[in-house]
Amino acid sequence: MLSRMPSARGSRVRFLVGLLLTMHGFFVAPWLVANAPLEKTMGIVQKIFYFHVPCAWLLMLSTFVCAGGSLAYLFAGSERGDRLALCSAELGVLFGLCVMVTGPLWARAAWGVFWTWDVRLTSSLLLWLMLIAYGLARRYGGAGGRRLAAAMALFAAADVPLVYISVNLWRGLHPNTRTVSSLAPGMRLPFFFSLAIFSALWGVLLALRMRAEHSQTRLVELAIVIEDAEGKSP
Amino acid sequence: MARRSWIAQAARIAWKDLHIEGRSREVVYTMGFMAALVVLVFSFAFISGQEDAVGPDAVAGILWVAVLFSGTVALSRTFDRERESEAIRSLLLSPVPRSAIYAGKLAATAAIMLLVELLLAPLLTALFSAAIWPHALWLGLLLLLGTIGFASVGVIFSAALLRARSRDALLGALLFPIVIPVLLAASRATAYLLDPTAPDLDPALFWTRFLAALDVVFVVVGLWSFEPVVMGE
Repeated sequence: MLSRMPSARGSRVRFLVGLLLTMHGFFVAPWLVANAPLEKTMGIVQKIFYFHVPCAWLLMLSTFVCAGGSLAYLFAGSERGDRLALCSAELGVLFGLCVMVTGPLWARAAWGVFWTWDVRLTSSLLLWLMLIAYGLARRYGGAGGRRLAAAMALFAAADVPLVYISVNLWRGLHPNTRTVSSLAPGMRLPFFFSLAIFSALWGVLLALRMRAEHSQTRLVELAIVIEDAEGKSP
Repeated sequence: MARRSWIAQAARIAWKDLHIEGRSREVVYTMGFMAALVVLVFSFAFISGQEDAVGPDAVAGILWVAVLFSGTVALSRTFDRERESEAIRSLLLSPVPRSAIYAGKLAATAAIMLLVELLLAPLLTALFSAAIWPHALWLGLLLLLGTIGFASVGVIFSAALLRARSRDALLGALLFPIVIPVLLAASRATAYLLDPTAPDLDPALFWTRFLAALDVVFVVVGLWSFEPVVMGE
């Protein structure tokens, strides 16, 4: 049975809207960030926060979307869920990389070290590792690889709170656990704007990646159909 | 024949695995040797000069790293057996709930791992003069809980990796990120128990409870996801 062709016009409109929103954001967001008040003690270094925190949030979101898609795949046999899980895991690895690059940069400037075993650093690192492991299972897991990866995603999602609690108790509390709620009023708009824009970018990338994945599946199916037809007619 | 209860079926599967192991003793020997080697490797790496002892933190860490690494050996071997003569197919065709298969496999793997760990703990005492006897029962409980936490995830992954070519390399790569909380809780609690200067054992009690909670979460997710994961076999 051939899977349905993605409807061309509907998705084109969606992508245009998403792309416009995102591009718009990439002109407005830097302007907002540049004009946000300077943090008193950290100065200009703090601006990385507008980039770093949205990436960390998307890393987290990707993990849960991946688990949701895996759930749909494992228990309802949803191919779409499987695609969603794969694509969000890939995006999670990508945004996780941004977190792992910007985090130490900021930490070096603010704390004087690149890395500390702080709860949020450590849990983000573990989340990122789980998503990378998901990708490894998908790619090298052989015949059962997709199911294995889906199980991995379920365990990863169940692990998120457990990792957070255990690392928190292991290392003691983070000095500024309530950064966002204690944000200076001038920083709130740029922060939430960046958050929204990054999430929009994530959504657009996810839609594009899922479409590419869908087309690839369809292509393989078509190739099989053609092969069958050629095999039947001498 | 009357339909057996779920527990009886799970016990039957665990018994089958232990029976095979009792005949060949392959997993116990290889895993035990591997665990002892991990301990020795750490000893050579950590102990320097005239200093003979390492702190309780290091002993706890060495113990749990040895359990983790040797545990992957046990996991991949118990499922390798199911590959021989396509035994897994008959197992999955048998009229047994999949969750009972999971529970049986988990029990057998945990039992084999525990057997090795019971030999490993005295070895640590001998090598590092760690004080395991004052809280021997508690340590045993920790080993049991930690092993269940580790094996509950490991059984799912090694069952799904049955047909993968690079399964030995993948098992550790997938398993370790997930079981980090187990490692943290187990090694923290062990370190408190082994520390003769610890003012009180409240942290150890807390971590033991946390480990039990982890086990509940992992076993529930395992029981629940085993069936769809092995469905493709």
